[in-house]
Amino acid sequence: MFGYSMEDVGNIVVMQGFSGLSLFSVLLLMALGLAIIFGQMGVINMAHGEFMTVGAYTTVFLSKMAVEFDIVNSYFIFAIIAAFILAFFIGYFVEYALIRHLYKRPLDTLLATWGLSLVMQQIFRSTFGAKEVSAELPEWLLGSFKPTPDIDIPINGVFVMGLALIVTVGVYLFMFRSRGGLRIRATVQNRMMAGAVGINTQKVDRLTFALGCGIAGVAGAAFTTIASTGPTTGSLYIVDSFMVVVFGGAASLMGTIASAFGIAQAQSILQFFMTSSMGKVSTLMTIVIILMMRPEGLFASKVRK
Amino acid sequence: MSNIDKNQFVKKSMVLSALSLALSLPIYVDTSVAGDFPTAKVNTTGLSVTDDVVKVGILHSATGTMAISETGSIQAEKLAIAQINEAGGVLGRKIEVIQEDGASDWPTFAEKSKKLLENDKVAAVFGCWTSASRKAALPVFEKDNGLLFYPTFYEGLEQSKNVFYTGQEATQQILAGLDWIAKEKKAKTFYLIGSDYIWPRTSMKIARKHIEQHLGGTVVGEEYVALGDTQFGSVINKIKLEKPDVIYAAVVGGSNVAWFKQLNAAGLNAKKQNMLTISVTEDEVLGIGGENLEGFYSAMKYFQSLKNSNNDKFVAEFKKAYGEKAVIGDVTQAAYLGPWLWKAAVERAGSFDVDKAVAALPGYELTTAPEGYVKVDPNHHLLSKLRIGQWRKDGQADMVYESGLINPDPFPKGYQ
Repeated sequence: MFGYSMEDVGNIVVMQGFSGLSLFSVLLLMALGLAIIFGQMGVINMAHGEFMTVGAYTTVFLSKMAVEFDIVNSYFIFAIIAAFILAFFIGYFVEYALIRHLYKRPLDTLLATWGLSLVMQQIFRSTFGAKEVSAELPEWLLGSFKPTPDIDIPINGVFVMGLALIVTVGVYLFMFRSRGGLRIRATVQNRMMAGAVGINTQKVDRLTFALGCGIAGVAGAAFTTIASTGPTTGSLYIVDSFMVVVFGGAASLMGTIASAFGIAQAQSILQFFMTSSMGKVSTLMTIVIILMMRPEGLFASKVRK
Repeated sequence: MSNIDKNQFVKKSMVLSALSLALSLPIYVDTSVAGDFPTAKVNTTGLSVTDDVVKVGILHSATGTMAISETGSIQAEKLAIAQINEAGGVLGRKIEVIQEDGASDWPTFAEKSKKLLENDKVAAVFGCWTSASRKAALPVFEKDNGLLFYPTFYEGLEQSKNVFYTGQEATQQILAGLDWIAKEKKAKTFYLIGSDYIWPRTSMKIARKHIEQHLGGTVVGEEYVALGDTQFGSVINKIKLEKPDVIYAAVVGGSNVAWFKQLNAAGLNAKKQNMLTISVTEDEVLGIGGENLEGFYSAMKYFQSLKNSNNDKFVAEFKKAYGEKAVIGDVTQAAYLGPWLWKAAVERAGSFDVDKAVAALPGYELTTAPEGYVKVDPNHHLLSKLRIGQWRKDGQADMVYESGLINPDPFPKGYQ
C-alpha cells in the first residue's frame, strides 16, 4: 500500500489510534476545570491557563526537592495532589476577593480574570525566572511500552490518559452522586429556590470555582510530562480549553467529553494525512461550521432560562 | 540578578580605582585619550557624546514570551560594556547604557528604537532578537541613520547599511551542517520539520534545495507546526512511517521541549534516529532536559564547551557576573560581540558618527571573540565557522565537527 509494507501500516494505525486517544485525554483534562467554572457558573475564567501553570510549577518545584532527597521515583503522585490543593486554595481566595463581586457583570469577569492572568504570569516570571523549566521525571514515566518490537506506546501518554479517566470519573461521581454535587446542580438550575431550601449558595459558588481551579492544577501537573513550564505556558492552553467547552455545549459534562474526543480524533487524523498546520486549520473550520449550525454546542444545556 | 552583578561591578570598579591610585600613570594615559579626540570632532551629528560619556541603547524583550531567549543577550551585552568600561571605555569615554524593553511586541520595538535614536541620541543600539522585531525596527534605524548590532542567527535575505549582523545568516548555518551529516551518516533521506514562521520556512527552503541539488538526497517530508503547539503524536508517526536517515529540525520555543520529550517517549532516541537541529542552544537545553537530547546534533557557530583561551575567559567572567549555573548559548555569545565590534568601529573611524563608524568596520578582524577569530564582511555579516555539537546528558555539547571560515552570503544564488 503506497510503497509501505502491510506491517508498517498496521503498526502506524495502532500508534496513530493511540496518539488520538492521548490528545483526547490532554484536551479533556484541560477543559474539565473550565467546564465546571464556565459551564456551571457562567464565569469566563481567562486565568484558567495560569491555574494550570500553578500546578505545573508546583510539580517542578517538588521535583527539585525530590532530587535533593532522592525520592524521584515516588514524588509524582504527591505532586499531583499538592498541585490540586494549591490551585484549589488560590482559586478559593480569588473567588472570595475578586469573582464574587462580579457575578452580575459576566463580561467584566472576562476582563478581570484576564487581568488576573497577566498578574499571575508576572508573578511566575519574577519568582521562577523567565526561562522555561522542566520537571525531573521518575524513571517509570519515561520511555515507551512495546507490545511488539515496532510499536512504541509512550508511557507518559498512558499516564495522562489514566489520570484523565480518574479525574473525569471523580468529577462525575462528585457532581451526580454526592450531596456537594447536588447543591452545585441545584444552585445552577435555580439559585433563588436553592437558597430558599437552605443551600448556602455563596459557599457553593466558592467551592465550585475552587474545584475548577484545582482540576486545572492537576492538568498542569500532568502536562509537565509532555511539555515544559514557563510563565506564559498557560496561555498556550486557554484557547484549546475554551474551544472544547464551547463546542461541547457549555453546561454539559458529557458534551465536554464528546467534544474533546471529536476534536482530538479529527485533529490527529487530519494532521497525519495533511500537514500539521493544515490539519489544525481544517479542524477549526469544521468547528466553526458546526457552531454556526448549532450555536449551543454539541450537547444543549437543559437549564431553564 | 541585576543587583548582584551591579554589586560585583561596583566592587570591581572600586578595586580598579584603588589600583589607579597606586598606579596613577597608566590610568592617566588612558583618560588623556579623550583629550586626543575632542567631542566637537568625534561627534558631528549631535549624538549623545560628552567629554566623558557616550550613551548606547540595549533593546531586548525583558518581559513577555521572548524574555526566555533575550535575557541571555542582555546579560552578554552588559558584560561586554562593563569590560570595555573597565579597560578605559571608547575613545576615552565611558559607555552609559539606556535599556529599553521591547516586551515581546514588535511595534514596541519600533517605538523604543525611535525613542532611543531621536530622544536619547544613542551612538549605537544592541538589540532585537526575533526577525519580526528586527523587521519592525529596521525602518526607524534607516530613517534616523542609527546603528544596530543584531545578535541572532537568522534567515538572511537582508542587508542594511545601518545594521551589523553578529549571528550567522542561514547559509552559514545550514550548508556545512548538511554536508557533514550527509557524509558522516551516509544520509540520503531527510525529514524537515520547523515551527511555522519566517525563519524555519526560509531555512528549510535552503535546506531542501541543498539536499536535492548538491547532496543527491531526497526530502521525504516537510512539516511546519504552529508556534506553541505541543502535540506531535501524528507528526512523529509520519516520521516513523517514512524512516528518514536524518530529521532536520528548526522547532522553537515551548514546542521545542514538547517535540523532544515526545520524540523520546515514542522511542525515537539518538540510538535509533539521527537528528540535526538548528534551533537548540545551551539555553534551550535547560528547558528540554539533557536526557531528551542526548546524542542528537546541533549546528551552531558557538558552544559553551568550546575549548580556546578566549572562551575560557569569557565563560569564567560570565559565570562570575551571573552565577555558576548560567549557561551561554550561541546567540548570547553573538550578542557579546556587538559592543566590542562597535568599539572597534568607532576607534578605527576615530569618530562616533554613524556613517564613519559603519564605513570603518568592514574588514576588521576580531581575534578576542569567544568563538575564535571572526572578520566583518563588507555585507555587514561576519565570517565565521560552523560547529556541530553532540549533546550530552548534562546539557553541554561535545564538538564533533568544525568547518573552516565560511563567507556570509545573505542573498544566496540558486537557493531562493
